Amino acid sequence: MRDNGHPAILRFEDVTVRFDDTVALDQVSFALEEGETCVLLGAAGSGKTVALKTALGLIRADQGQVFLFGEDATAKKERELVDLRSRVGMLFQEGALFDSLTIEENVAYPLRNQKTLRCPPEQVRPRVEETLRFVELGHTLEKVPSELSGGMRRRVGIARAIVGAPPLLLYDSPTAGLDPITANNIMTLIAKERDLRHTTTALATHRYQDGHLLANFRYNADSGRLEPARGGGGPRTRFLVFQEGRIVFGGSQAELEDSRDPYISKFARRLKE
Amino acid sequence: MLDFLKSPIYSLQEFIQLSGRTFRNLFRRPHYGDDIALQMDIIGVGSLPIVLLTGFFSGAVMALQMSRALRQYGATGEAGRAVAITLVRELGPVLTALMVTGRNASGMASELGSMKVTEQIDAMRALGTDPVQKLLKPRLIATAVVLPLLTVIADFVGLVGGWVVACPYLNLTTTDYYWNKAYQSIEYNDLAQGLLKPFGFAIIIALVGCYYGMQTTGGTQGVGLSTTRAVVVASVWIFVLNFFIGTFFV
Repeated sequence: MRDNGHPAILRFEDVTVRFDDTVALDQVSFALEEGETCVLLGAAGSGKTVALKTALGLIRADQGQVFLFGEDATAKKERELVDLRSRVGMLFQEGALFDSLTIEENVAYPLRNQKTLRCPPEQVRPRVEETLRFVELGHTLEKVPSELSGGMRRRVGIARAIVGAPPLLLYDSPTAGLDPITANNIMTLIAKERDLRHTTTALATHRYQDGHLLANFRYNADSGRLEPARGGGGPRTRFLVFQEGRIVFGGSQAELEDSRDPYISKFARRLKE
Repeated sequence: MLDFLKSPIYSLQEFIQLSGRTFRNLFRRPHYGDDIALQMDIIGVGSLPIVLLTGFFSGAVMALQMSRALRQYGATGEAGRAVAITLVRELGPVLTALMVTGRNASGMASELGSMKVTEQIDAMRALGTDPVQKLLKPRLIATAVVLPLLTVIADFVGLVGGWVVACPYLNLTTTDYYWNKAYQSIEYNDLAQGLLKPFGFAIIIALVGCYYGMQTTGGTQGVGLSTTRAVVVASVWIFVLNFFIGTFFV
């Protein structure tokens, strides 16, 4: 399926998810195109995390369909989803690192367990080292997650998500609970990954500044820093705003900032103030 | 009107589904041999001290309590028989299973529960691993292999405990006579139920512990609740199964 000349990597069609009597997602429809950055904004409990987990098939949709890389993920059994999931990297809210494994084993986990990645055993260690250097944690190989700070665990989570070089990356509240400096470092890493490897990115967050940074800055490999994207050459970024399981806004940053809806404008206004 | 039945029936359905998935996965690859060995070490070697202690003292207390009755009937020579039969048929399997329940069903529920609330189970699924294969199957196999062995050890140590009380302590009988009686009194029927019971109990311990771990919600408080439920439910089902296996062999 094509929209604006780009194939849709992820597409939700009227997806509804219920937990007992609570509707977590209510007829949600959106598409994420190749090379696009999608920022999912919303208050806590608005359905952002459920949307990301439903995209991966970790939560099953009660109604509607989810198409991942053109395949109907909702029609697949758990075992059949393994191949599809190997093409998606996900950073969970608190990192979700395996406590009992070292950092090296955590990052190597997808390479050793996702057969479709076909990583020869002798290449596992070099790829893990390279990925940990990418997130500037090359010295933590032998440590266990409990020895790392919250920000470092999040960076290891990013390393684990990107080690298999997936074309689609889902970030669930990567800056939640972090101090502003660490949060900025995490966002820099996400932009770096997106711009150097040209991955399609979906980011769930309640912080508008995270979306603002992804929409307006690009990573410069020469200077090793984020720089403002000039002359319309910025990344294609779209904003979705969730409220009580529904998408109440979908559009560009300018449209978001112009919105007069009290709920929607709360997210855009914070940065202006 | 029957709303109060909804929750337990739903839980039973979930438990049966999870158990079914675990059994279906028993012969499917991958087998995670390292995890099975690790769990056998945690459950088997880790439980050995408490199993030795409970086994020894249950045998000893059996001999102690039976001594008065045996003296009344002038049958003190039967001490070995009394201890052997009660241990092999009932006390050995049940007490060992209860000890392992307290130690390992709780451990499984809390470990898996913590993994659930910190999204590690989701991460495992997202990274191409079936949690049933990776977490439940090794625990089920390890418990099913190790619990019968622990029970045999508990039975033997219990007989030693009975001997300590019956012979050196109370002089009820001679050492040779005690061990002869103990050996002669145990029939194949006793051995069969003495080994079948721990096998059945092992399935209950592993599946109930893992089920409550996988059902955990609500943070650390939820983990505590799952752990308590796992121990209580597994203990109750051990007694229920013990009765039904007992009726089969009587």
